[in-house]
Amino acid sequence: MCSVEAYNLDYLRQLEAESIHIIREVAAEFERPVILYSVGKDSSVLVRLAQKAFAPGRIPFPLLHVDTTLKFPQMYAFRDRFCREIGVDLRVYQPAEALAAGVNPWDFGTVKCCGLLKTQALLNALREGGFDAALGGARRDEEKSRAKERVFSFRDAQGQWDPRRQRPEVWTLYNGRISRGESMRVFPLSNWTELDIWRYIGLEDIPVVPMYFAAERSMVVRDGHLIPHVPGARLEPGEQPQTVLCRFRTLGCYPCTGAVRSTATTVDEIILEMIVNRTSERSTRLIDHDQDASMEQKKREGYF
Amino acid sequence: MGAPPDSMAPTADLLRLATVGSVDDGKSTLIGRLLVDCEAVCLDHLAALKADSRRLNRQEADLAFLTDGLKAEREQGITIDVAYRTFSTPKRRFLLADTPGHEQYTRNMVTGASTADLAVLLLDAQRGLTTQSKRHGFIASLLGVPHLVLAVNKMDLVGYSEAAFQEISEQYKSFAARLRISSLTCIPLSALCGDNVVAKSVRMPWYSGPTLLDYMESLYIGSARNLVDFRFPVQLVLRPGPHFRGYAGTVLSGLVRVGDEVLTLPSHRSVKVQSIRGPDGPLDYAFPPQAVVLVLDSQIDLSRGDMLVHPKNQCHVARDIEAMLIWMHEKPCLLTRPYLIKHTTNLVKGAFSRLHYRVNPNNLHREQCATLGLNEIGRVDVHLFRPLLCDEYQRNRATGGFAVIDPLTNETVGVGLVIERTLQQPGTVPSPGCQDEGILGPKAVTIWLTGLSGSGKSTIASELMRQLVQRGRPCCVLDGDALRQGLNRDLGFSPQDRAENIRRTAEVAKLMNGAGVTVIVALISPFRRDRAAARSTIGSDRFMEVFVDAPLEVCESRDPKGLYAKARNGQVPEFTGISSPYEPPTEPDLHLQTATMSPEESAREVIDHLERKDGATP
Repeated sequence: MCSVEAYNLDYLRQLEAESIHIIREVAAEFERPVILYSVGKDSSVLVRLAQKAFAPGRIPFPLLHVDTTLKFPQMYAFRDRFCREIGVDLRVYQPAEALAAGVNPWDFGTVKCCGLLKTQALLNALREGGFDAALGGARRDEEKSRAKERVFSFRDAQGQWDPRRQRPEVWTLYNGRISRGESMRVFPLSNWTELDIWRYIGLEDIPVVPMYFAAERSMVVRDGHLIPHVPGARLEPGEQPQTVLCRFRTLGCYPCTGAVRSTATTVDEIILEMIVNRTSERSTRLIDHDQDASMEQKKREGYF
Repeated sequence: MGAPPDSMAPTADLLRLATVGSVDDGKSTLIGRLLVDCEAVCLDHLAALKADSRRLNRQEADLAFLTDGLKAEREQGITIDVAYRTFSTPKRRFLLADTPGHEQYTRNMVTGASTADLAVLLLDAQRGLTTQSKRHGFIASLLGVPHLVLAVNKMDLVGYSEAAFQEISEQYKSFAARLRISSLTCIPLSALCGDNVVAKSVRMPWYSGPTLLDYMESLYIGSARNLVDFRFPVQLVLRPGPHFRGYAGTVLSGLVRVGDEVLTLPSHRSVKVQSIRGPDGPLDYAFPPQAVVLVLDSQIDLSRGDMLVHPKNQCHVARDIEAMLIWMHEKPCLLTRPYLIKHTTNLVKGAFSRLHYRVNPNNLHREQCATLGLNEIGRVDVHLFRPLLCDEYQRNRATGGFAVIDPLTNETVGVGLVIERTLQQPGTVPSPGCQDEGILGPKAVTIWLTGLSGSGKSTIASELMRQLVQRGRPCCVLDGDALRQGLNRDLGFSPQDRAENIRRTAEVAKLMNGAGVTVIVALISPFRRDRAAARSTIGSDRFMEVFVDAPLEVCESRDPKGLYAKARNGQVPEFTGISSPYEPPTEPDLHLQTATMSPEESAREVIDHLERKDGATP
């Protein structure tokens, strides 16, 4: 009974414990926290962890989806069902002004489109909601400027991140002190990898958007990327949609999210595929390749 | 191609390591090499790396760019902030914190090292030891990182010379001997060329030890967790409805079981654990680092920041603590205003009431100072406005460490480590193990003041006490008169009784020395034989005989207690100097002539002598 083995947590459970601790810190230290919900697999995991953190009670804060209106239809369907079934308070924010101005990636370019529909929209949504802490599902293994970010990541009154003045974060002591107008972004999944996320999804049987699993889909091949052909997407001259067996590793806006060729139709197959795969998941995100240090730049301005 | 599946399995064990060292020692390159050689780098990241290197006119793919995630870092070729990387081999999973070497960013090194099991300290074989490499080794030991690897890098630039490696290793070993590190391993390598990082180097056949990765894979780290002292700070009170009240939190150390009697601190109420709820439902017991909810058998007032412990194993409840403080802000530490102390789930106001000294990381010497500036480390007294529920850091990382927050700017400006209190505090005796020479304190000694009544022993003793306390040295005075009122009240002044008086005093001094307390004995102790016996009881290396010498006339003219007058009248038999002999020391460690010296000067002399004796660790 009292063997040393009995006091060891496997690595996923250690990550789970760490994340729950962080989520509870947010509940204890902030007045109006919110979970940034992006409908993706990491969001699904984050929401599950938040449920566990407050059980047997409910998650004591709302979920916020910053909706560019350019997400895949399957994502909207999943979002509404998922949130209804677990009974959370979902708030959807659409950047009305930018959308009215007709912002889209084809005419404005991806940099400007992202800046207006996501970064600015997020800042507006947080300000309008009066949220002082925003929990997000970003992980350090996604991108190298994210590898530098703290778990509690301070934002000034303009929502900006200053990588040179990050607060030292020692042990598990997170400094959540802010002044009026300032806010905190909090990343409970910082130390998880993409593989951990999938293993946890498998272990906990967490629902995710079906687009993560391989299927025959209508795609356009552009610059070596597989771009989904959905109603409303514009084709470049000479492009022809074709049917490809593929899956999505990350989900974003349909004009900027690529797929990977894959035959993995179950979580176990995805895990197996990942173990032998050596490209990063964000390689399918067209926006990250826009400029040198494009993620860092976006983050400085307030992007997640 | 990739690592076999098992390496990333949830059951694989995890080594947390931090890489530290000076600017240009090649830390980021080393990590890049580890990642590339372990095939832990994604192909598109490798392609981006090559593009970045070309743009900045580097000849080859610069491995450092893999971890230098910020644009300014790649442009300046330095690491500014900690980068975290998870990677794995078939044997183990690693969470690596790459910490900056630039002195300006030492605070970020502290961030990276605070949770590490292993610190890999890089040195440039051409440059040898630097202030930064000593500072980093010192900080790693202070933060309780148990294992240290000295990676002597750039061996290719010194012709893979064994002599060069040996010299640096020896230099560092002699420095590190004074640090609290349980293991130090030196490995010669070249991150750029890949020698002894993952693959064994054929260019250093004289080296038979492990490669860096071999070492990382085989290091045993099981003992790092504290499963003895149950500490559960309440993080959040969960009250989802009228029928449930639970205390959410993370078990920082120790174990708790359903049915356990636990004590609430600081309120000291005894309650029973009725149930434990884990992330997946009820548990019979919980252990670190589980995040759980405890339900107690009675409704009590308990809130965030309170602590649950076992009644027979309690933490300190202290308003005054001593700590090693690592200052992390450009604005120096102020002793004139309060800061916020963030400790477990508590946030308490506190002020630094005294700065004992700062430590020079180069030679570990203690230096007097008025304040602590950026990256300086010193020993402080902290006065808290509400009690802190803490343990010594060396015993418990989770309840011994705190962050210091500036209440005006909200910035984290420092990090503190609770150390054992040195001033007299009833009921706490420092344990012997912590008082060996080292960063926490010099060796405790007995300063034996001998001399005629009125020669100035008691006055010097109390002055000495004052000066030693100021230096943060635990100490205590054993004064002859005071002893005769208590411990030795059954003794008279016959030679036999005097001998017994000294024997008992020496035994007490020995015990106190063993507990880390420096003892100042102020006792006439007139006979050489008795003093020699005291020396042999206490041990020559700890015994310091000080002859407090003043001519009889001078003593008699001082006569603070009016004893000489009585002795002259025959009212006090066997009075030393009058009716009983005094045998002056023939070879005292120190000879103080108090007729011509003030008590302050005398005390100063003793301390100078003491510090010379302490040698490198005053």
